[in-house]
Amino acid sequence: MRFKLERRETVSGLGLVAAPVIAVLATLLIGTAMFLVLGLDPLAAFRIYFIDPLTDPYTLQELVVKACPLLLIGLGLVFCYRANRWNIGAEGQYVAGAVLGSIVAIATNGGEGGWWILPAMLAMGAIGGALWGLVPAFLRVRFGASEILTSLMLVYVAQLGLDYLVRGPWRDPAGFNFPKSVSFDPAATVPLLMEDGRMHAGILIAIVVVIVAAFVLGRTLVGFSIELGGSAPRAAAFAGFDERRVTYGVFAVSGALAGLAGIIEVAGPIGNLQPSISPGYGFTAIIAAVLGRLNPFGVVLSSLVLALTYIGGEAAQISLKMPFDVTRVFQGTMLIAILAADVLVRYRVRRVEAPARDAAKVTAHA
Amino acid sequence: MHDLTILSAVLASVVAAATPLLIAALGELVAERAGTLNLGVEGMMIIGAAVGYATAYGSGSLVLGALAGILAGTALSLVFAGLAVWLAANQVASGLATTILGLGLAGLIGAPFVGTKLTAVPQLNIPGLTDLPVIGEVLFGQDAFAYLSILLLILVWIGLGRTRLGLVVRAVGESHSAAHALGHPVRRIRTLAVMFGGACAGLAGAQLSLAYTPFWASDMTAGRGWIALALVVFSAWRPLWLLAGAYLFGAVSILQLHVQGFGLGIPSQLLSALPYLATISALVVISALKKGHGAPASLGVPFVPDR
Repeated sequence: MRFKLERRETVSGLGLVAAPVIAVLATLLIGTAMFLVLGLDPLAAFRIYFIDPLTDPYTLQELVVKACPLLLIGLGLVFCYRANRWNIGAEGQYVAGAVLGSIVAIATNGGEGGWWILPAMLAMGAIGGALWGLVPAFLRVRFGASEILTSLMLVYVAQLGLDYLVRGPWRDPAGFNFPKSVSFDPAATVPLLMEDGRMHAGILIAIVVVIVAAFVLGRTLVGFSIELGGSAPRAAAFAGFDERRVTYGVFAVSGALAGLAGIIEVAGPIGNLQPSISPGYGFTAIIAAVLGRLNPFGVVLSSLVLALTYIGGEAAQISLKMPFDVTRVFQGTMLIAILAADVLVRYRVRRVEAPARDAAKVTAHA
Repeated sequence: MHDLTILSAVLASVVAAATPLLIAALGELVAERAGTLNLGVEGMMIIGAAVGYATAYGSGSLVLGALAGILAGTALSLVFAGLAVWLAANQVASGLATTILGLGLAGLIGAPFVGTKLTAVPQLNIPGLTDLPVIGEVLFGQDAFAYLSILLLILVWIGLGRTRLGLVVRAVGESHSAAHALGHPVRRIRTLAVMFGGACAGLAGAQLSLAYTPFWASDMTAGRGWIALALVVFSAWRPLWLLAGAYLFGAVSILQLHVQGFGLGIPSQLLSALPYLATISALVVISALKKGHGAPASLGVPFVPDR
């Protein structure tokens, strides 16, 4: 007895929704098994990791704070992945945006302030991320270099650049030699939404971006050209869509959104520039985009789910002394589970009684 | 005479820096020639480093450590093979998942060993030969990993280019439908090629934690798995060119260390970025020259037998 995959004629709508749910449940099961292997009480660990953060108002806010960068970056990646362009360097674009946006904050530090400072920072952040994202796009269009590898290499370059700045020219003179920039002025800080907690206005920006992205992708010719360029490049070429423009466009958008996430993070929850400003948001957002079915509203849900792995990981670090890597294991497992569950969407799994080759002759189809 | 000693030491360290790149890239080259693009190299490498180190530390045997590293890399490669080969999932996403999982698992496995040290894998010394000026240490004073990497290179070069098995592997990578029609088990061959890649990546990781820097640090692979992937493109999928590529990158990474040592006022971060910038430049140059030629035709395309 063997199994074979049979391509579905149409992708089932139920399957599209069921696959991520199955994937999350499978991840929870595998996670519980992992707690057992680590010698922990699986139920207690499970509660600390996944339930407790959802029952406390403070951690619920934190959940949204952590989901914000994932959502912004993930939305940008949806543009890339729909167009079948593999930008995996969003982490670098995030850093580039944070750095360029911080120029404004650092230049105006200790000054008069002004309403224009924060908008200027956000704009510069988006530009910084877009420019960093356009490098792999240019190298692909002009030279045919794989955007996968160049975008990833640029992550290391951006991180080293940030490291240089906060240890060198941008180090806070009054910072006791710690590698960090000056703390941003109130005028250069993303305002909080509530008195207590860390929910900030960046979340509102993310919500606006969700709606705009859903509109552009679903209702406009631009969205259609992105989709078509990804799924049927030849048809897109015949239809007169310029493949190069799509490449530049999706990299600029995803870079800009990653850069925006970066500057919001340093001007919000972090409050200054440091050598490390991200626990891997740029990479986790890749999972958010895939788990969210490359759909802007789906990415909202998946960002919240993935934010939970961060919050749970922090809680488990404190109360269970578990290394933070557990979070990475969960995130990796989740991506594996969703990729596996996708098979159910795209294929029918058939049981084959005879050896595959003979059975195939009988059921041969056009 | 003193200068010659320094030169000899520098050349020897270039070999040590190039060895993990060469080993991991050779494995990935075989996987790609069979048509599978496995972006999980970084993850398979780091799990090899972690498991290799933990085993060597626990057992006191470096050989066992290296073997455990190979096994760990192979085991993780099965995750990729299961997704990308058997479930026909997107190869880029499958490889990324493999890398993320590998980094996480390696962090978990390595956590108890942070701050510990091992005695590094000994260098081979042949009295007389190793003492030769300049080339002595380079050729006859390396550790077992360096010799193993050259052995692997010859094995892959002859195996892919001159044997029937190699022909089948390449056929599967060029046109999986044609290979399938000829009766070759496409998915089984791809799985074996991916496993070979995993074994090599695991061995390369073990070289890092057992010989190159004999301690455990999370993220100690520092993107070497990605550089190995780039080297395969750079080599245009030809094993002998990997040797040149790996040694070039070994030289760049050693050079930047020495320049940092001189303290010329160049920011150390810029020098640390050199290997990554060099990788991008190499990719650009080779892509501009080859315009996509040399890549296996079925690379990255999932295979689902439908007849």
